[in-house]
Amino acid sequence: MIVFNDVYKRFGAKEVLNGFSLEVRDGETMVIIGHSGSGKSVALKHVVGLLNPDAGDVQVDGAVVHDLDRDGLTALRSGIGFVFQFAALFDSMTVRENLELGLKRQRLDPRVIEERVHESLALVDLEGAEDKLPAELSGGMRKRVGLARAIALRPQYLLYDEPTTGLDPVTSAVINQLMVRTREKLGVTGIVVTHDMTSAYAVGDRIAMLYRGQVRQVGTVDQIRRTHDPIVRQFIEGRPEAATDLQTAPPGVER
Amino acid sequence: MSALGRGGQFLGDVGRSLRETDTWVSLTAVQMRRIGVQSLPIALFIAVFAGIVLALLSSYSFTGAVPLYFVGTFVGKAMMLELAPVLVGLALAGRVGANIAAELGTMRVTEQVDALETLAFNPNAYLVVPRALAATAMFPVVVALATGLGIVAGWFTAINLLDLSSPDFVKGLRLFYQFKDVWFGLLKAMSFGFVIAMIGCYKGLNTRGGAEGVGRETTAAVVMGAEMILVLDAFWAVVLL
Ligand SMILES: Nc1ncnc2c1ncn2[C@@H]1O[C@H](COP(=O)(O)OP(=O)(O)O)[C@@H](O)[C@H]1O
Ligand SMILES: [Mg+2]
Repeated sequence: MIVFNDVYKRFGAKEVLNGFSLEVRDGETMVIIGHSGSGKSVALKHVVGLLNPDAGDVQVDGAVVHDLDRDGLTALRSGIGFVFQFAALFDSMTVRENLELGLKRQRLDPRVIEERVHESLALVDLEGAEDKLPAELSGGMRKRVGLARAIALRPQYLLYDEPTTGLDPVTSAVINQLMVRTREKLGVTGIVVTHDMTSAYAVGDRIAMLYRGQVRQVGTVDQIRRTHDPIVRQFIEGRPEAATDLQTAPPGVER
Repeated sequence: MSALGRGGQFLGDVGRSLRETDTWVSLTAVQMRRIGVQSLPIALFIAVFAGIVLALLSSYSFTGAVPLYFVGTFVGKAMMLELAPVLVGLALAGRVGANIAAELGTMRVTEQVDALETLAFNPNAYLVVPRALAATAMFPVVVALATGLGIVAGWFTAINLLDLSSPDFVKGLRLFYQFKDVWFGLLKAMSFGFVIAMIGCYKGLNTRGGAEGVGRETTAAVVMGAEMILVLDAFWAVVLL
């Protein structure tokens, strides 16, 4: 279980998270939606200790992430796969080397590593791309390699940062399918950060909207689809006045 | 002041990550090769021209009042003690420092550094330690070769353009030679290598804001590296000469 407890985070004068609280239950896929720049990536990075909260805490299986020492953090991170927005592949390494890096770090047997690389690439339909360099791949393929690199570690949790952003609709659908397939095959608990509602509905069990540093509303896919909250409605329907209303809406509106 | 504090903290973090030998040992050899390959051409280029100028400059300054074989002394001392380490150091602040800052800066803004961390690596052990050690080890090697070539260039100039024989040049070269001439220059080169790599890494890892940020931090790394070389050069002269 991943729990955000009243998390505050600011960069200089910019308050990004303002009492963000959310519970992600074991086995579910939680989708966090919100406008660009609303702090979705920042929230996600707290889970693996890439960022530490100014106040509040994030707990993974009961352990407070920012209290972990180096070894504790290493252990935590080896159980969490992170799929980055632009894949963040190591561009001096081949696809195979990208996948092997984390596995070698866990000191797995070379045969197991070989097998994992093969299986993980198969899971994202990229068999045969082992010796390619990231620069030789399309955006969609890079994202799939990023996903393969994360699942190669057989994590208990998978965190996706905008898995479909910037992809054409067909490639997006492929990625959505892969995310669903990954979850079925590996039984992972997931957090998916996105502003792509098609993707949110396709992969999520529950959806939470991040708005002004807090969770505006959280509910099942159906609850969110039928929401009467004006801010959430505007966002999921993609109506342009959302952007202007968001500046004028009174703060602290009831969820 | 807070910049100094952050620098000190970075130094401490990198020092602590030295314990993670299984991460950095194998990567250091790769970096040594890279830094060597990057540095040698420019270092040798500089050395040749510095050697030529030194020989002509000294003979001009002596104007017959000082025996001409002192050209050998002057070329040797100046190359070993000052010109090879500092000129090569300044050039490598551009070559090596910029390369490190741009590479790590790009890795930072494309989240490759974050990716390393999520794969349970310590970026200091994986990225910084190999580069800092490799530069510290390779700069003296490069400077030693540059010194040697610079002296040869000076000798070649002396026997061809000046009225000096080879035995006289060598006599001058050996006249006031001390072993300290050699290790002083190489010690300086080591310190330059370490500082250039650390500044490049620090600037790179603290890059924000896309391609523009990478450009900004890379420039900053080169400027700061060059400044630190001059400061260190004076520091070693005060402390050791
Ligand atoms: N490391 C950082 N330093 C300073 N500002 C940051 C940092 N990371 C994110 N921010 C700022 O926090 C805000 C939220 O960013 P982010 O979480 O990336 O938004 P998004 O919801 O689009 O993922 C942005 O204004 C961004 O500029
Ligand atoms: Mg983001």
